[in-house]
Amino acid sequence: MSNIAIKTDAVIIGAGPVGLFAVFELGLLDIRCHVLDILDKPGGQCAELYPEKPIYDIPAYPVISGQELTDRLMEQIEPFSPEFHLNQMVESLQETPEGSFVITTDDGLVLEAKVVVIAAGGGSFMPKKPPIPGIDDYEGTSVFYAVKRMEEFRDRNILVVGGGDSALDWCLNLQPLAKKITLIHRRDAFRAAPDSVQKMRALVENNDMEFTLGQIKELHGKDGRLEKVTAQRADGLFDIECDTMLPFFGLTMKLGPLANWGLNLNENLIPVDTEKFQTSTPGIFAIGDINTYPGKLKLILSGFHEAALMAQQAFRLIHPDEKLLFQYTTSSSSLQKKLGVK
Amino acid sequence: MPKITFIEFDGTERTVDAVANSTVMETARRNDVPGIEAECGGSCACATCHIYVDPRWLEKTGERSAMEEDMLDFAFDVRENSRLSCQIKVSDELEGLIVRTPEKQF
Ligand SMILES: Cc1cc2nc3c(=O)[nH]c(=O)nc-3n(C[C@H](O)[C@H](O)[C@H](O)COP(=O)(O)OP(=O)(O)OC[C@H]3O[C@@H](n4cnc5c(N)ncnc54)[C@H](O)[C@@H]3O)c2cc1C
Ligand code: FES
Repeated sequence: MSNIAIKTDAVIIGAGPVGLFAVFELGLLDIRCHVLDILDKPGGQCAELYPEKPIYDIPAYPVISGQELTDRLMEQIEPFSPEFHLNQMVESLQETPEGSFVITTDDGLVLEAKVVVIAAGGGSFMPKKPPIPGIDDYEGTSVFYAVKRMEEFRDRNILVVGGGDSALDWCLNLQPLAKKITLIHRRDAFRAAPDSVQKMRALVENNDMEFTLGQIKELHGKDGRLEKVTAQRADGLFDIECDTMLPFFGLTMKLGPLANWGLNLNENLIPVDTEKFQTSTPGIFAIGDINTYPGKLKLILSGFHEAALMAQQAFRLIHPDEKLLFQYTTSSSSLQKKLGVK
Repeated sequence: MPKITFIEFDGTERTVDAVANSTVMETARRNDVPGIEAECGGSCACATCHIYVDPRWLEKTGERSAMEEDMLDFAFDVRENSRLSCQIKVSDELEGLIVRTPEKQF
């Protein structure tokens, strides 16, 4: 393990509301955090699934939206300057002989931490794979659910499927590089930024790309190389020639790589004790929707409580020789200094 | 309470008592009807409660809202009679309702 890039006290896997509040509770105890998430933004389910919907059971907020809650948490943890690593899927988590933990991501980021907090919620957000027969055969060669390096798509004949922001954005971004680009969507309306829709329509007008109504039914090709797809619309079936397909049907939560980290799992949840919220491996904690214990409620407020108790034990592990004092933020001048209260 | 019949992709039929003041999705979940996932718990935010309403019932089940129409973009094999079952409220009007579940929620 020579290529450790970042050493830190704590790594938090998952930037959902519970992961974010963990930064606060750990911060009060002088524990510095790095936070990782596969999403491109913090907030987990609140920001990805229901940013505009109201939540009514956050203490002291009669009503707050998913995005507002995320924004407030970001504001609350700012004094602790957590470092965020977004667009990073945590692939592996291993204990070193010295008892610390090495975390690696799909993008090659490596961190070493004294404690790890798994706040992975319902699992990592992953692109939805349309259940088109035989699609697996083309994944990674002709079918892609995300674009990591645009250059790989130069001179390709690309079919983009969907009507949301990802579909529209990638049409616009790849259009200058692609040999040909076609957008297919089930209706002539888009749930995307009006500006992107306008730009797409202008390209179509100019014959610089195509838009067609329809839904994909079949894929044709061989050896993982796509040659054409059959699509259906109101007037029947038709074929579209293409060598690359990019389906964008939104995201879903899947347990993902954490299934392989050697932790005890119970129906895809991580059992913890209710004193420290520690997993079967000392030093690895699990809080929020991802954990289970008798009486568990998958609520944001439960996750906040779990974060507070977890932080106590994390402190004992990181600073075994120091005494943990119980203090109120209202009256403790040392806590207030950490929070930047003047 | 009205009875609702769910027909699976393979033809398996299941008729259950609808749950008062609930939705077609909740009725399916409470009665352990397979084929409806409802990941978001009925918030019209996941499209994994997609069903096909029997054409004879389309008028009674009403129109899709704009939000439901948008969410249907994230479902697969959307047809004219596609609905998100969490957006259909159960009422006495729906006595005998027949809906089909897709091969796979996605
Ligand atoms: C529509 C809807 C309405 C809701 N309403 C309420 C409500 O009113 N009140 C309430 O209390 N709760 C509500 N909830 C539940 C609430 O959103 C969850 O309890 C909360 O989001 C859990 O927070 P979390 O931080 O544990 O996990 P999440 O919010 O699920 O975040 C986990 C994050 O971890 C990331 N992650 C996981 N694995 C990896 C990995 N290997 N690598 C990188 N990143 C990873 C995920 O991408 C995700 O961003 C609602 C949920 C939904 C869907
Ligand atoms: S349950 Fe998620 S959209 Fe209906």
